[in-house]
Amino acid sequence: MFWELELVIYIFLLISAIVALEVDDLLVAVVMMTIFSFLMALLFVAMGAIDVGFTEAVIGAGVTGILFVVVVYQTSRKTND
Amino acid sequence: MKEQFQSPIVLLGSRLLSPYIMLFGWYVIIHGHYSPGGGFQGGALLAASVLLIRVAGGTRLSSLQLREVINTPMATLGVAIYFLTGVVAVLAGGFFLDYGQLPIPGLEAAWLRYYGILIIEVGIGLTVMAILIMIYDNMVKGEDHA
Amino acid sequence: MKLLKFAILALFAGVLIYASNDLPYRGDPDNLMHAERSITDTPVKGNYFIQEAYNDARTPNMVTVVLGDYRSIDTFGEQVVIFTAGLITILVLRKQRRREE
Repeated sequence: MFWELELVIYIFLLISAIVALEVDDLLVAVVMMTIFSFLMALLFVAMGAIDVGFTEAVIGAGVTGILFVVVVYQTSRKTND
Repeated sequence: MKEQFQSPIVLLGSRLLSPYIMLFGWYVIIHGHYSPGGGFQGGALLAASVLLIRVAGGTRLSSLQLREVINTPMATLGVAIYFLTGVVAVLAGGFFLDYGQLPIPGLEAAWLRYYGILIIEVGIGLTVMAILIMIYDNMVKGEDHA
Repeated sequence: MKLLKFAILALFAGVLIYASNDLPYRGDPDNLMHAERSITDTPVKGNYFIQEAYNDARTPNMVTVVLGDYRSIDTFGEQVVIFTAGLITILVLRKQRRREE
């Protein structure tokens, strides 16, 4: 795999992680976390671990996103800090 | 989730998308011998296709697709498929989960292991699907999201 | 306080980057886990899995054979863990809801 492509994925990974930490709207944080999971799955595939990447894409970007959205709608949408 | 998801476009889109996700989930389980995938990933995809209808359509619509009561028996069925495969191998004279001893006539040991792996993958898929749907149902129960 | 937080994070990142210098290169055939015999001079089990997985189970995907056949009791324990997690959600979440009503 080309290292330039991995560098781009790493930069987007850092951006999505920082946005997910710093944003006030929790729904945006959940979406950023699913983007983080998907970029992580891309990195796993780039490293050659296809099964791990597949699991990460299905669980981290699919089911966990739905469960977090349900939790956000059942509690509050804004953070306090 | 009460006012936002009232749109019929979201419901139509998820109804259009859900059968294909479910078909892909079964493909991942059955074709796991030749391509990346297996029971866990395929079961999660099956659960995702059911959860899509549950998020978009609400409790009343999703009870037409897969009722909540079925979750626990389906998860138990998955564990039982796995466990009974091992017990049948023990009764046929091998070790626990030694698929080479499964009593299917006309096959050599290597092909018996092939079909043994296929049987347990289906069991894992059923359990993972039922458990993920069960977690969602227990989280949102009592409120009608849609 | 916020400065202290970022200082701790930066320190931790520095430690991790320093530790990652000792990691082996990805996909290098001279790595230790790809050797025929380990440090303690015992045969590495992964060689048998790679060489004999197709002959044992007629399955081209090695990962499926390892998870489903060679390490099947491990996978069974994993499935029981998932099953128990679902049952625990019944216990915890349903009881709490009944108390609210």
